[in-house]
Amino acid sequence: MLFEVTADQLDPDRVVKHVRRDDAGAVALFYGVVRDHNRGRKVMHLEYDAYPEMATKVMHQIAAEVKERFGVAEIAIQHRTGRLEIGETSLLVAVSSAHRSEAFEACHALVDRFKEAVPIWKKEVFEGGEEWIEGDLSPPDA
Amino acid sequence: MGTARVRLFARLADLAGTREAAVELGEGLTAAGVFGVLVQRYPSLTGFDAFVRFAVNSEYVPASHPVRDGDEVALIPPVSGGSRAL
Repeated sequence: MLFEVTADQLDPDRVVKHVRRDDAGAVALFYGVVRDHNRGRKVMHLEYDAYPEMATKVMHQIAAEVKERFGVAEIAIQHRTGRLEIGETSLLVAVSSAHRSEAFEACHALVDRFKEAVPIWKKEVFEGGEEWIEGDLSPPDA
Repeated sequence: MGTARVRLFARLADLAGTREAAVELGEGLTAAGVFGVLVQRYPSLTGFDAFVRFAVNSEYVPASHPVRDGDEVALIPPVSGGSRAL
């Protein structure tokens, strides 16, 4: 398994190569991409902050859970940090399995778990301001 | 009693103006207690104890988790995609 938090551009070829196996007939690859709008605002760019040591550890844990639950073959995850422009890739999740349905389902589950548990945060810089995006929980007034 | 290293991220790092702090450990200090010490030092963190999760040595822990000499305590704001319920 491959788990990385990096300031460098992500590498889909490397991620896919990592999960390919002769007994796996399917590879699902998810790209998370920086979008130009959010909550009705025009987004200029994003800045990602991370706790890298813990992030890779949590990725390991959730990948182990998902691997067991769906019986998939291999998993690789990369997340980028620092400043990302519109259209750049922030997240890659690759899953291989014998058949396609497990690969799709496990990939979906991994992305969902990732977003709940992995300590990586994004600051949205939009037209007229900036804000840390902090999930569903309303923060106290700062 | 020792010292813990505290790491701050995202909005909490912006508010405190630092990504790292050292906290002297008093008797029976918990993760929440460490946060209390930081609030004294960085009053802009006031009120955020209800908002963060704690990690000790890269594992999520409850606020009542005891902190020991040499531990790394991280203040984890909500991550971008989810809620606190795991």
